[in-house]
Amino acid sequence: MASSRHHHPSSPKTLAQLMLILGIESATLQVGCALGGHEGVLASAHSARGRRHAESIAPQVQFVTQQARVELQEVSCIAVDLGPGLYTGLRVGISSAMAIAYALGVPMIGVSSLDLLAFAVRHSNRLIVTAIDARRSELFYACYRQVPGGIQRVTEPQVGKPHDLITELSATNSEMLLVGDGARRYSEDFACLQKTEIAEQGFAHPSAASLVQLAHARALREEFVKPWELRPIYLRVPDADISQNTHHTP
Amino acid sequence: MTATINTTNPSILLGIETSCDETAAAVVAGPNKVLSSVISSQVDIHARYGGVVPEIASRAHVEMLTPVVAQAVVEAGIKESDIEAVAATAGPGLIGALLVGVSAAKSLALVWDVPFVAVNHLEAHLYSSFLEEPELELPVVILLVSGGHTLLVLMEAFGQYRLLGQTLDDAAGEAFDKVARFMGLGYPGGPVIDRLAITGNPEAVAFPRPMYDNGYNFSFSGLKTAVVNYVRKHADLDVADVAASFQQAVTDVLIHKARTAAQQYGAKGLCLSGGVAANSLLRERLLDACTADGINGFLPSRSMCTDNAAMVAAAGWHRLALEGPSPLDTGADPNLALPFLNN
Ligand SMILES: [Zn+2]
Repeated sequence: MASSRHHHPSSPKTLAQLMLILGIESATLQVGCALGGHEGVLASAHSARGRRHAESIAPQVQFVTQQARVELQEVSCIAVDLGPGLYTGLRVGISSAMAIAYALGVPMIGVSSLDLLAFAVRHSNRLIVTAIDARRSELFYACYRQVPGGIQRVTEPQVGKPHDLITELSATNSEMLLVGDGARRYSEDFACLQKTEIAEQGFAHPSAASLVQLAHARALREEFVKPWELRPIYLRVPDADISQNTHHTP
Repeated sequence: MTATINTTNPSILLGIETSCDETAAAVVAGPNKVLSSVISSQVDIHARYGGVVPEIASRAHVEMLTPVVAQAVVEAGIKESDIEAVAATAGPGLIGALLVGVSAAKSLALVWDVPFVAVNHLEAHLYSSFLEEPELELPVVILLVSGGHTLLVLMEAFGQYRLLGQTLDDAAGEAFDKVARFMGLGYPGGPVIDRLAITGNPEAVAFPRPMYDNGYNFSFSGLKTAVVNYVRKHADLDVADVAASFQQAVTDVLIHKARTAAQQYGAKGLCLSGGVAANSLLRERLLDACTADGINGFLPSRSMCTDNAAMVAAAGWHRLALEGPSPLDTGADPNLALPFLNN
């Protein structure tokens, strides 16, 4: 399938059909890469062991291109998870993605980690609440609703204590689906909410496969940015603690 | 695409440095011909905190690295396809900062289908002299003095180093920063004290010369404390005199040990590297000592002493020749050690 698509074009292809997207996702404990486009996800790799994001990404990119039988040079867009999430993992993914886009000379699409979590459960008609473990007893979270043709974010991404989110949610009277590693970590706290289900572990992390699918839709609308225009979504000002410094100034 | 590339002796390398608060990229031809060296310093961003804030440094690296790499390629007057290897600092340094550079470097190497090589930041500093003085004769003694390090190293051959001494507590640059901070002179301390000392009397205060005649190790913590105590006791002190006297004490120790080591090991030359190597008194006195002892003294220009990516590319060239490429699952190590022959 892949080889006929690339070597024997039987008819002129549209831009959408030629769009080949490499997605890199490393906002949580999981790190993943996927390759896909018009035909859906052609190959993906995910691992969630030992937070070895920096070690895993380049080998995963190699793996997915080999599995999909494409050359990196055929990739026409790099998608990346912008966060919010674990800062170091996030930066490793974004830094890798920017470098690949620059080296290939292709545009980028940045997607929020919370959007990716919601996208994976988009077929639910309940209120979708995405919550990523932000450490320091906090969550990154946002709410989504089904709309014709997809889902829409209905609250701004925020950082706060599980208690803050519970207070916000208990005011709504709708059925809810909570998704994300943060929702699972604080599942006991959320148990007080009525008509609420917590999505299973399989949906706990944003996936690179979702990233490629969501980015493809945005690519069709040409929502591209240049590699140096992307900014991670931190949702917190930097911790100005210099005590953990290794004292290395030039 | 790689058919004509000699992987162990690349003619053009891209170097990347993000171990602390400089985002840097450079293009170097062979082991020592610098085609471009771009440094985006974050020093102004960190100045208000009186030191490098790791999280702020990491954020700035992500924003700056791609434009800095692009600029290094443009300034070198080459095409991306001319690059035959990518080297990046993998440690020691701030882990979050290192990972940004290592991740980008591996990605570039992957797309360009060229070798990636992980470089030790200290080893990179050891090569900075050779970028401007390729004919330096070995063995040389290198005094590496920065905010993070104070090392006295004997380089016997490329890739073969003997650690002669190191600091037992504060690094030399750290002592400058702490003294300047205590006296309310601002950050970074080195340049401020250097400037103030010009008008001060270096003999005004007799600060201690820690471990002066005691081997090749250093200790600057006690000297820093002596300055702090002196400042506390003397409300009417002359700031320039204190700065000059402190700088004189640090320099006395550094020069004395470096020159004794050069004599003991029969070094043909003495080199400086690291941010403190930008200190004017240290530079002047090192050259005087070398002239007096009849050996070569070499001071890299200030932009090559402080953190830069040209030295990373140079070290990468030698690493590649000695050991070949690093795997694409290489990470970063904040405490990466340099393999010394005597360790
Ligand atoms: Zn350094």
